[in-house]
Amino acid sequence: MPIRDTFWNIPHWAEIAQYVAAFLTMAIFVAGVVRRVLRWRQGRAEKRSGNFWQRIWSLVIQVFAQRRTLDETFPGIMHFSIFWGMLVLAIGTAFATVDWDVTHLFFGFQILTGWFYIVFELMLDILGLLAVLGLGMAIQRRYGTRPARLQNFPVKKLAGDDLYVLVMLSFIVLSGYLTEGLRLAVTQPPWAVWSPIGNAIAAFFLSLGDPTNQTLHLVIWSLHILTAFGALLSIPFTKLFHILSVPTNIYFRSLEPAGKLPAANMENGAGVKEWKQFTWKQLLDFESCTRCGRCQDVCPAYASSQILSPRNMMVKLDAHIWNNGHALHGDVISADELWACTTCRACVQVCPAFIDHVTTFVDMRRHLVDQGSMDKMLQDALANLGRYGNSFGQSERMRAKWTQGVQPAVKDARREAVEYLWFVGDYASYSATLTDITRKTADVFQKTGLNFGILFDAERNAGNDVRRVGEEGLFEMLADKNSQALAKCKFETIVTTDPHTYNTLKNEYAWNGNRPNILHYAELLDQLIASGRIKFSKKLGYKVTYHDPCYLGRYNGIYDAPRRVIEATGCELVEMPRNRDCAFCCGAGGGRIWMDEKDVKERPSESRIREAIALAGVQAFVVACPKDLTMYRDAVKTTGNEKDMLVKDLIELVYEAL
Amino acid sequence: MSQDIFVVVEHLREQVADISHVMLAGARQLSGSTGGKVMAVLLGQNTQGLANSLAADGVLYVDHPSLAEFTSDAYQLALAGLIQERSPRAVIFGHSSIGMDIASGLSAKLGFPVVSSCRNFTADGKFVSQICGGKIMAEGELPAPTALVTMVPGGYKAEEGNQPPAVETIAAPALDNLRISIKQYIEPDTSDVDISKEAVLVSVGRGIQNKDNIELATELAEALGCAVSASRPVVDQGWMPTTRLVGKSGKRVKPKIYLALGISGAPEHVEGMSDSQVIIAVNTDSNAPIYNIAKYGTTVDMFDLLPVLTDKVKQAK
Amino acid sequence: MKIAVPVKFVPDLVEELTIDSGGTALDTSWLRLIINEFDDHAVEQAILLKERGGGQVIVAMSEAEGADDFLFASAAKGADQLIKLTGDFSASNNHALARAYADLLKELQPDLILTGVQAHNDLDGSVGPLLAEYLGMPYVGYVSGLTVAGDKVTVRKEYAGGLIAEMEVNLPAVLGIQAAEQPPRYVAYSKIRQVMGTAKIEERVVADLDLSGGITVSRMFQPEVAERATMIEGSPEEVADKIIGILKELGTL
Repeated sequence: MPIRDTFWNIPHWAEIAQYVAAFLTMAIFVAGVVRRVLRWRQGRAEKRSGNFWQRIWSLVIQVFAQRRTLDETFPGIMHFSIFWGMLVLAIGTAFATVDWDVTHLFFGFQILTGWFYIVFELMLDILGLLAVLGLGMAIQRRYGTRPARLQNFPVKKLAGDDLYVLVMLSFIVLSGYLTEGLRLAVTQPPWAVWSPIGNAIAAFFLSLGDPTNQTLHLVIWSLHILTAFGALLSIPFTKLFHILSVPTNIYFRSLEPAGKLPAANMENGAGVKEWKQFTWKQLLDFESCTRCGRCQDVCPAYASSQILSPRNMMVKLDAHIWNNGHALHGDVISADELWACTTCRACVQVCPAFIDHVTTFVDMRRHLVDQGSMDKMLQDALANLGRYGNSFGQSERMRAKWTQGVQPAVKDARREAVEYLWFVGDYASYSATLTDITRKTADVFQKTGLNFGILFDAERNAGNDVRRVGEEGLFEMLADKNSQALAKCKFETIVTTDPHTYNTLKNEYAWNGNRPNILHYAELLDQLIASGRIKFSKKLGYKVTYHDPCYLGRYNGIYDAPRRVIEATGCELVEMPRNRDCAFCCGAGGGRIWMDEKDVKERPSESRIREAIALAGVQAFVVACPKDLTMYRDAVKTTGNEKDMLVKDLIELVYEAL
Repeated sequence: MSQDIFVVVEHLREQVADISHVMLAGARQLSGSTGGKVMAVLLGQNTQGLANSLAADGVLYVDHPSLAEFTSDAYQLALAGLIQERSPRAVIFGHSSIGMDIASGLSAKLGFPVVSSCRNFTADGKFVSQICGGKIMAEGELPAPTALVTMVPGGYKAEEGNQPPAVETIAAPALDNLRISIKQYIEPDTSDVDISKEAVLVSVGRGIQNKDNIELATELAEALGCAVSASRPVVDQGWMPTTRLVGKSGKRVKPKIYLALGISGAPEHVEGMSDSQVIIAVNTDSNAPIYNIAKYGTTVDMFDLLPVLTDKVKQAK
Repeated sequence: MKIAVPVKFVPDLVEELTIDSGGTALDTSWLRLIINEFDDHAVEQAILLKERGGGQVIVAMSEAEGADDFLFASAAKGADQLIKLTGDFSASNNHALARAYADLLKELQPDLILTGVQAHNDLDGSVGPLLAEYLGMPYVGYVSGLTVAGDKVTVRKEYAGGLIAEMEVNLPAVLGIQAAEQPPRYVAYSKIRQVMGTAKIEERVVADLDLSGGITVSRMFQPEVAERATMIEGSPEEVADKIIGILKELGTL
């Protein structure tokens, strides 16, 4: 009967030695993990418990099914293969050991016998191949193709860490197969055919004869065991730690809405000055980074100037928490890096380890703001926002100046009850080049018979980007003023054309449990079209593409409403390669629109326009955000595409088709 | 008690400042309604020669080693005695780094009121002051018996006199216990072009948005064979050197053509360029005050205009 | 070293200014006040001096809407003592204000007094030199940088055209600040809020204002524009052509 003689050819002293080694390994492993956990615990507290089953489910999907890792084909299959190959081999080996040294030794029975053993051997032999395939792909990718995102780490020795992991895993798998092959070559059991790989290897060694093969077996087995234990004990000290940290990080990921930024640390100054002011979860983030570089590939700041790489930020932060003789601000992370972030959230969206880069950057910006260290333009913008409630530095009395000449007069929501309270926002209110669009929006609303009003001079900047700049106190003040103004009005729904305003009203304002219905105008238009309140008199027939605003798409998941509106106006929608949750940021978010541009190679908005230009026959670039309109109208000029591409607001299509 | 109008002549480094001629012109008009003489008050050491260019009825010259360079200490002491002794109807100072240092102190010391930021006098002898960034004018009777006035440019043309006026040398009072002394002058950087000597200036303001965009203005200036100048915000950002600053704290320029790009027209800037022959303003804000002094204006976006204009200038050459 | 910074608020020019019904003053019902920008620089310069060489910074101002916020913001930047003069300042002028500050500062005996070189609504001189005379101290204005050494301060005084004079002034002295060595810093709202809990504003009652030395305005008005620019309309090409025409006309092309 086929049985598993796990310690065939292993002298008793070696078996004992193995167990001694195993205990040592476990001790070092545990000590290493404890050392890491104690580090995290030095961070600030943050509640991440609750929703147990939801969290378990994300482990199933993201760890075992490798859902997000598989978003990219080659690296996805590569990692999936290594993950499952190594997992099965590890479990199989452990199982065989238990089978021999526990159940067989103490209780006199074996599980790995008969047909069950044969299936077990076949499974392991084949799934082991998965690991070989995955590791081969990894070696080819890292040392053959050499994609840019795997190069140039700010901590040079990490290249050795990467090499170490591949060498160790490859050796473990190959030496495992060799051990099996040598065992089969000597014992030649009738069931050897069920270990096809091992059997094939055995064929090579047959000619060497017995004593040689037995010695060889013992040597390679020893090396296999030593490497395996070496790898195990090195887990808490190398990149291999991601095996533990990433699932932990996924389990504890934030289940709050993406658009809700955690409150600022206010102890010893706002934000994060020193690493211990990060929350334990942020520290865990840093330790979960495997430097895969997906974030760097999608980062608009990296693409435009290379000042900021989210990957490098994580690498540097992780190194810093272990070796913090340097100042976090300045020595480790520069202010330029922090200010370069547009908070577009593309990095967070693609990270297979579920790292939240943006909250870390904002926490560090909060410290810079607390120190008053920022560029002059931003300082002026914040001072204006504090004083006048808008970044333009204009009087609040001028906020509703655009309504002059709009007939019938726009209602004052503070004086009469309205169904829709239109929160206009700074850019739509003050920007001289946008008021035309704002008036068209009012016109469409009026032609639809919408009962709407605005807050006039009581409106303030909603504070979304003020918050992301890191000026928490100013955000709170703006939110307070807006909340007070809104509390005095009677309305059912808030509508805004600005995704940034939309995000913070929806996700960050307190509302005291009484949040009104909040709509982006794309959603409202979509509803009005669906209900038949908006009826179009013509089909526009343009071929257009649509740009997803970060704070509408990635942050709030609204992708379909604007597309339905575009199609309802009779336009043909052609998608850009980077669309929906992969849309590329215009570069203006997170307060970037208020900051000085540092040496840019290609502005994100220019890259985006070139992406659209490459689409055959597209006449118009449709946006659903006032800032986008500003950014892309500039970008078509600076890229010299003014004649080939119209930048249109969604409302312009609706207005034209009415 | 006299009806004379005193003008405290401002001069630095052996040169009479433009504002002195403006003040003399103002004093000339004021003397028409008060009926006195226009007397220039010149303080210095061996600077009597500067009196020759002054359009005044007479010059009161005080010579003293401590007056060789301007310090508010010595100037105030010298002037206080003279004003008390002669009781003029008005003493005009520049609303400048020199005049403002002494006029208020003398007001406090002598008890005579001081009028700030006077732009001009009315025919009946009232002062008209320009305040609130040029947005508001305040008019009033000239305080009696003696009014101290600090004067801003803009109301009168700076003109030199036709013939040297008579100079009366006055003995200096004791100038002891002075608490301010001059150590040295730091000359402005002269290695750069002198924007006050250019026939055409392409001047950039806050509307230029960032440092890179200055290249657009430089290209136009190169095509025109002229220089680029700037307003305060641009220099404060470090995008242009101080040598290119036009305005109160920078240079006063009088080119044939002043092309103002994205400049709103704050009084501090206007002070430095209002004498330009033709001002062409490019500003997307049609309400910008620059249009009040510009001869031509356009609200097209300068980023659209500049490349086109540069090309056309090149073709036209 | 003890540095005092007396400051004042001025009308905010971002808001539209209107003349009151009497026609001799600004309409205060629509007026919004803001710190005189040169005074803001004076506060910054004082804080910079403190950071550089230690000392104590006192910020003083007269009662106005927003005065507390400004004083707390100054404390958040590093000011040590906050003083608010209370009383009826509605008819005040710079002479009266300077006298009120002089009374206060005689008592506080600072080594150095920094104040904005001017304010855009100055009609009767500027506060700095008036104050210097009332206190019997020397005054230098248009200062854009200074170093204190012993009982003297070396200042950089700006003249038109970019010329700078380096002057040595005996302390105590009053300096009129044109620009601080670096632009006034931003102070985060949370910091101001924190300071509000700890910092105290001392209030000093100013009973009678002595307005002598001031002036009387008989008419206030908005300047009518002599002639507005001729606007060139059209596309960038058309505008460029017109500008070329003007350049040629003046013989500059």
